[in-house]
Amino acid sequence: MGAKMFGARIARLEDPRLLSGQGNYTDDFHLPDMLEAAFVRSPHSHARIDGIDVSAAMAHDGVVAVYTAADLPENLRDVTVPFQVPNPAISQPFQQRLLENREVCFAGEPIALVVADTRYNAEDAATLVAVDYEILAGADNCKDALAEGAPLCHADSPNNEGAKYTVGYGDVEEAFKNAHLTHREEFWVHRGGGFAIENRAVVATYDELDDMLTIWSATQSPFLVKQNVVDMLGWESDKVRVIAPDVGGGFGPKTVYYVEEALIPAIAKELGRPVKWVEDRRENFLATNMERDQYWDMQIAVDADGKLLGVRGSMIHDTGAYMPWGIITPYISATTLPGPYVLPTYELETRVALTNKVAVTPVRGAGRPQAVFAMERLLDRAADKLGIDRAEIRRRNLIPTEEMPYALGLIFRDGKPMTYDSGDYPKCQVEALSLADYDGFPARQNEARGKGRHIGIGIANYVEGTGLGPFEGATVRIQPSGRICVYTGGGDSGQGHWTTLAQVCADKFGVEIADIDVQKGDTAKIASGVGTFASRIAVNAGSSVHLAANEVREKAIKVAAHMLEAAEEDLNIEDGRVVVKGSDLSVGLSEIARAVQGMPGFSLPGGVEPGLEATHYFSPSQSSYCNGTAVVEVEVDPDTGHVDILNYSMAHDSGTLINPFVVDGQVQGAVAQGVGNALLEWMIYDDNANPVSATFAEYLLPSAPETPNVAVTHVESPTPINPLGVKGAGEGGTIPAAAAIISAIENALSPWEVEISGAPVTPSMIVEKVQRS
Amino acid sequence: MSDRRTISVTINGETFEREVETRLTLADFIRHECLLTGTHVGCEHGVCGACTILLNGRTARSCLMLAVQANGQKITTIEGIAPNDEELHPLQQAFQDNHGLQCGFCTPGMLTTLLEFLQDNPDPTEREVREAISGNLCRCTGYQGIVAAALDAAKRLQAGA
Ligand code: FES
Ligand code: FES
Repeated sequence: MGAKMFGARIARLEDPRLLSGQGNYTDDFHLPDMLEAAFVRSPHSHARIDGIDVSAAMAHDGVVAVYTAADLPENLRDVTVPFQVPNPAISQPFQQRLLENREVCFAGEPIALVVADTRYNAEDAATLVAVDYEILAGADNCKDALAEGAPLCHADSPNNEGAKYTVGYGDVEEAFKNAHLTHREEFWVHRGGGFAIENRAVVATYDELDDMLTIWSATQSPFLVKQNVVDMLGWESDKVRVIAPDVGGGFGPKTVYYVEEALIPAIAKELGRPVKWVEDRRENFLATNMERDQYWDMQIAVDADGKLLGVRGSMIHDTGAYMPWGIITPYISATTLPGPYVLPTYELETRVALTNKVAVTPVRGAGRPQAVFAMERLLDRAADKLGIDRAEIRRRNLIPTEEMPYALGLIFRDGKPMTYDSGDYPKCQVEALSLADYDGFPARQNEARGKGRHIGIGIANYVEGTGLGPFEGATVRIQPSGRICVYTGGGDSGQGHWTTLAQVCADKFGVEIADIDVQKGDTAKIASGVGTFASRIAVNAGSSVHLAANEVREKAIKVAAHMLEAAEEDLNIEDGRVVVKGSDLSVGLSEIARAVQGMPGFSLPGGVEPGLEATHYFSPSQSSYCNGTAVVEVEVDPDTGHVDILNYSMAHDSGTLINPFVVDGQVQGAVAQGVGNALLEWMIYDDNANPVSATFAEYLLPSAPETPNVAVTHVESPTPINPLGVKGAGEGGTIPAAAAIISAIENALSPWEVEISGAPVTPSMIVEKVQRS
Repeated sequence: MSDRRTISVTINGETFEREVETRLTLADFIRHECLLTGTHVGCEHGVCGACTILLNGRTARSCLMLAVQANGQKITTIEGIAPNDEELHPLQQAFQDNHGLQCGFCTPGMLTTLLEFLQDNPDPTEREVREAISGNLCRCTGYQGIVAAALDAAKRLQAGA
């Protein structure tokens, strides 16, 4: 039997293809006779449309068709993006139409679609579509948008409040009455977009012969695309196939469903020719969902020892002009705030503001970095005021390990009480502090100060619900050739599912991971699926692979027992063969697979069902909660505001690890996005909600020189929620990053007593704060 | 009617002769005319670096060049880096061994940029590697695996030389 694959630090199977340019991303498809599409999008954040003239565009070279809402098949003219996750708290669930011809509510909203022989011609013609706009005032900042008399996001709505709800538990009033110390502060947290390096893209083709529509989309969720295509276009489910081929990064925005994913297939069918649309970067800034602003007005109450008594306040969340994902993001924010701490009382009122901007839906971290920022800043303030060390105040409040599983007192968005299933929060913090040599920091700081350098250290903890249901299935099939194939529904946008799911499967058959193919993200390969988001694939698909592979293994042994005329107990699987223990007798998986294909006129060996395969749809009873601690050391130049991250340490507990190599990569990549959120990434709008930062020259992503190496240590608290003990690992790096980095910057600037209540913090903001102090 | 020219460009040793619009970008020419789709386009404004190719051995952003400008020149793309179909180039192998890629979308630009860099600077420091790829955005890896791969590749290439 070969070395154990599950848990091994091994390089990825995906890489050789991608390293030699053999990947197949959506824009790499060139179908015969294919047309290309370009969109006409609103240049205004808010406007009424008084007329659209497409005649000049129609007359342009190479143009095959131009569609406005009025030109769409009748059933599509007024159809909107399905409202994915309704909630009674939502009062104004505005959803986007496929093409808008009455009132556009964000800059980038699609108005017309031009189809031509080449993208160049389609884009030329798109500039010739004449739209008569009556420009309206736009609702910009979400806080202002909720004020009386603010410009309306949707002209005919009574106000800009999309939803309102309160979460909490315990007697907060009483807690604040009895407090030794309270502190109130307002925080602004801006979260940027996903900005995968591959933009969105869709190719669709309709085959008249078998009445089949095939769609390739750069999506994280091919089954969701399929479901929405079926719902919106009114097609039979078994006449639509959606494939997520290689996807160049996702990070959340490619989870949700977009109008382009319905329009391109609809037009491909209409024209009887394949159609491709590839988003350009400008469109990506304008029309791909993102996260943005939250304002938190918060109060903390602690006793004389710094023990938490309560947290209360209110939060305003910018949701943009539409709510395709309902209140998922702000609800996650609200339920994330208590984190790893014993928080006896809590109350948060959330108001969701409609603004004239592209919709907000989850981006890596999904509302959690903002909540962690608010909570961790409050703890820093309490520590400072009480004269307690920042790590120590946290230690005093961490949920003791013996109290796991720990019922939080909150109801999660699935309606179930939130219960942390497992975790060792004190240990995680200890490990992160030791990795960062926290105890040695005061000496380092003194020494640096002696040389006129300003270094600081910051810390932040978080807990994250991962591995959300409902399910993600897997089929494990042994082919007659003996090769093992795993099929699953979620797409892969860099996570390395081929490798990790093969690792789950390989040990069951004693084979190498290279003997296993993993086919993912194709609705034709497995009956049902959900998607790759919310750090859920290792948990859901991983568990399904485990269950299905076990079943196939049992079946192989059962059939082999007949073939070898041996008792099942005497059999074992080694190196892809079923062997009779202690003998030379064996039969290969390939022969077994052939045997259960059946022979005309003979019954199957052992009376089994045909096919050496099994399918499972693992459905977790609840989320599994991953957690971690980030400790960051920075150097700040008070004259220029430049921040240099000197050390970044992270203790991370995502349960049992399938492949530490891959998990480390997930953490490092997630931290980089958090660095962007702390220091760089800021989607800027003018007062009328028109985007100002719509290129990578204005909206800055972290590049190699400013991104730190991350020292990661893993604490493994297996979850009892799934058979593998794994938890999601894709987002944890991002969640505490801004909180820890900004805490470190404040600490570095403590001689000036600078307080930072928002993120990102740019060099000019730092200089201004230093000068004002 | 738009202006067209016939051009001839040698890519990875193979000569492609095509009649193209003068406004066609080099990236689109490579990807959609020559069907070498390993070179990627991430921004079309010269910032992300995914479209980086080697033009006569030096890096160039193919989104910022026109195909006609490459007439008569020699280009290497990601498809042309490996010595043969079975083996990877030491730099590619170092990427796999150090988890230098996740989604693979920035990878063509990272590889071409680092190939040139390691030729000019065979024994770089980590800081120098980071500066060298500062014009290439990766949203997945946090660069850590890429930097480790570059340093590892430098060692392998020196040992092999
Ligand atoms: S596509 Fe050329 S630099 Fe981004
Ligand atoms: S690996 Fe995905 S962008 Fe670099």
